[in-house]
Amino acid sequence: MNSMARRFALLLALLVVGCAGPTETVVLLPNPAGQETAVTVTRDGREVVLAQPYAGARLGRGGAETFASDAGQVRARYGAALAAQPLPPAQFTLFFVENKDELTDESKKIVDSVFAEIARRPIPDVIVIGHTDSVGNDGANDALSRQRAEVVRAGLLARGLAADQVVTIGRGKRELAVATGDGVAEPRNRRVEILVR
Amino acid sequence: MKTFPARFCRGLLGTATGIALALPAHADVGQIKVATGQVFVDRKGQSLPGRAGLVLEADDVLRTGADGSVGITMRDNSLLSAGPNSIVSLERFEFDATTSEGRFDARLQRGTLAVVSGRIAKKEPRAMTVRTPSAVLGVRGTEFVVSVDE
Repeated sequence: MNSMARRFALLLALLVVGCAGPTETVVLLPNPAGQETAVTVTRDGREVVLAQPYAGARLGRGGAETFASDAGQVRARYGAALAAQPLPPAQFTLFFVENKDELTDESKKIVDSVFAEIARRPIPDVIVIGHTDSVGNDGANDALSRQRAEVVRAGLLARGLAADQVVTIGRGKRELAVATGDGVAEPRNRRVEILVR
Repeated sequence: MKTFPARFCRGLLGTATGIALALPAHADVGQIKVATGQVFVDRKGQSLPGRAGLVLEADDVLRTGADGSVGITMRDNSLLSAGPNSIVSLERFEFDATTSEGRFDARLQRGTLAVVSGRIAKKEPRAMTVRTPSAVLGVRGTEFVVSVDE
């Protein structure tokens, strides 16, 4: 096809799209952590799976078609939406002395990095999530994990954060950082995660 | 027509209510972290200025003007951000912070939206959807963009 014919075909395609009512477009973005991701697009009971980075689906009145997009196209169409994306939550982990709500010495130093991260964000809020190792029953561990989170929260408030900026969650032994059987004392599981958002 | 015994129906209703109560219906579902240009939040018949820092509620509708964009962080760490001339509804958001169980349905009626899914979709991919006028998008640990052009 010569270039004139190609341009005409393109114009025709644009006109057809323009006349076809609303067009909806979906593009899967690459995952920065390199994990496997996908988005499913379901219309009228038919499902299309987008599983490759920059795989796209375009839905018009005529039906659904898949296409390969790229970083440039995404930037052109979605640049403003992507520029408004909030910073992803930053995660810090503090460790505790066994069966106590007292931080290990190394962990006390990490608190400084937490405050540096908070200072970097225009509207910071903080979630403090307490965890235990698998020694003891759920009730005791839930309480201990909450207590650890509260100790960290009190420390953050003492250093100047507002009370309504910091919430606590106690997850007990539900989310071990290091998989162990039940009843295993494991220092790496006795921790508090701080999410700065 | 044969009907179910009343006791069965009461039991079913009781179970449904129990599930609804088990998921905390926080008023606070997320927060505006970034706002530029014209941004409004429609809530219970009122239109609020969508400033950075505003705490969002379920059923809120975010609208941006021709020069507007808005970015929000949900309680489960999902990130939603919309470009100019967009309308995004937070139709349903339920989240149990202890178990990560919940439900998140958002709708893009018009404009552009970038999505990074959070803990709800990580726990159960089917528990998060983004709807457009004609389709339902399912999320599997994902970042994606979607647009609705009139």
